[in-house]
Amino acid sequence: MNVTTDPCRLTIDEARLALRKRELSAVELIRACLQRIAAVEPRLNSFITVCEKEALDQAQAADRRLASGDGGALCGIPLAIKDIYATRGVRTTCASKILENFVPTYDATVIARLRAEGAVFVGKANLDEFAMGSSTENSAFGPTRNPYDLERVAGGSSGGSAAAVAAGECLGSLGTDTGGSIREPAAFCGVVGIKPTYSRVSRFGVIAYASSLDQVGPFAKTVRDAAILMRSLAGGDPADSTCSTRPVPDYEQALTGDVKGLRIGVPSEYFVEGMQPEVEDAVRAALRQYESMGAAIVEVSLPHTGYAIAAYYLIATAEASANLERYDGIRYGLRVEAESLLDLYRKTRARGFGAEVKRRIMLGTFALSTGYYDAYYLKAQKVRTLIKRDFEQAFTRCDLIATPTAPTTAFRLGEKTSDPLQMYLSDIFTISVNLAGLPGMALPCGYDSHGMPIGLQLIGPAFGEEAIFRAGDAYERSGAVTRRPAAV
Amino acid sequence: MPTSANKINLEQVRHIALLARLELTPEEEQRMLGDLEEMLEYVDKLNQLDTSAVEPTAQVGDIGAAAREDAVTNPSDPAAILANAPAARDQMFRVPRIIE
Repeated sequence: MNVTTDPCRLTIDEARLALRKRELSAVELIRACLQRIAAVEPRLNSFITVCEKEALDQAQAADRRLASGDGGALCGIPLAIKDIYATRGVRTTCASKILENFVPTYDATVIARLRAEGAVFVGKANLDEFAMGSSTENSAFGPTRNPYDLERVAGGSSGGSAAAVAAGECLGSLGTDTGGSIREPAAFCGVVGIKPTYSRVSRFGVIAYASSLDQVGPFAKTVRDAAILMRSLAGGDPADSTCSTRPVPDYEQALTGDVKGLRIGVPSEYFVEGMQPEVEDAVRAALRQYESMGAAIVEVSLPHTGYAIAAYYLIATAEASANLERYDGIRYGLRVEAESLLDLYRKTRARGFGAEVKRRIMLGTFALSTGYYDAYYLKAQKVRTLIKRDFEQAFTRCDLIATPTAPTTAFRLGEKTSDPLQMYLSDIFTISVNLAGLPGMALPCGYDSHGMPIGLQLIGPAFGEEAIFRAGDAYERSGAVTRRPAAV
Repeated sequence: MPTSANKINLEQVRHIALLARLELTPEEEQRMLGDLEEMLEYVDKLNQLDTSAVEPTAQVGDIGAAAREDAVTNPSDPAAILANAPAARDQMFRVPRIIE
């Protein structure tokens, strides 16, 4: 490959080699991404803030490190960061008017880690406000469009992070996933996205939505690239008491290409009526591919799947209503002045939050209010236990579970905005994984008749990321699906 | 859970909005009432499950460094912090009068 022709199309794996061999400079690479951004952003809107100057400075520093031979694992690699991560000195909006001018005074732990590895931050990617949504249409900064079809959504809530990778505006990106917010946009935009096990990655400095479900994860063009990013992200953090101190494996070592004897569970509950037939066909074809590579397909059952969305929307909104109390117009963010403190709070929050955020705060406040706590919030937590047990039971019979990532490919802009429940149902295959705290990855497994990408989801037992990476990489290497670049 | 006929009314919507410190317009109150009714109707399906013998799950995953030294590790930078304040004076956040 001639790396100088179109560096923004490189994988991280290819780029790091070219950078180390000095066939390509970090400045050349970031310039290619910035050129790409200038060309496609007016149509896509993947970014809320593009950090051109900072990125060029970081790239120059990366080139100095590379020249001296002490470059980190991601030295010179341009990454997009979901605008939910605190980035020191760079405004962090969470796609909300209430944080429109907020500039953090510190870095999230994972941002500090990526900085130490020499990564270059090209910009802050668009999302649904406070990560609440499945299409990035809830952003106060306008929706992100799908690089494969500008009339369709990029998915959400990490839609900007997914679209930016698909369109070549960066080589990889960070998202967050509370109910599918990495995996669904990855599937819609034809890229790889993994939500690690809950507690595998620090959440310090990540603006909280639902703390018992939120998890940090990467987007990339390939499974190998996602594995490379994961190694830099994962690991204990004294600043996040929920973060696991287990040693972090070298995920790349797991990419042996060998899936012989791997038992892949297929839950019948995930092949439901109303699913787009092409999605089911593509996932079934991927399963046959695994069989031909020596894996065994076993039927499993996750009987409480149909209750996951109901449990999720009580737990997540309850946690959100508490987490979003901090936006009160006092110490940072928007303030609407009023005579009394109570009115200041109410007017500030009324103007600062969008409709979906208000809806979730209201539902969560209701579920936690006197007289309703047991009936709604506690009930949902008990159902969460049943969902978790379903997976524990299933993993006695298989090593991984394979499902579709979403019931359809990317839908049209505006198609579901008037019906919140319909929008919530797009997360039907991803939400249980968050409730159970398990790792799950979306990777491309085909295209529908409109050319829209279809995502396979691989779910592992807790801390089973290596098996997911191995199986995902083996499928990718088999060449069963020829990747098509986005049209944009 | 209460039966679906009386899940929520306008009075409750106003009460919840006050608890949540949200000022809603009359149109927003109506829309919120409809949306919450629909959601509460939907989550009613949880009542199909007998959970009388099931423990709730509040947290999953490993518990990591649950306890650590309570030491200050971040630099003190009041100017940068106050730069984000909607209203500040000297080294303080300005708020409306709360004591008459």
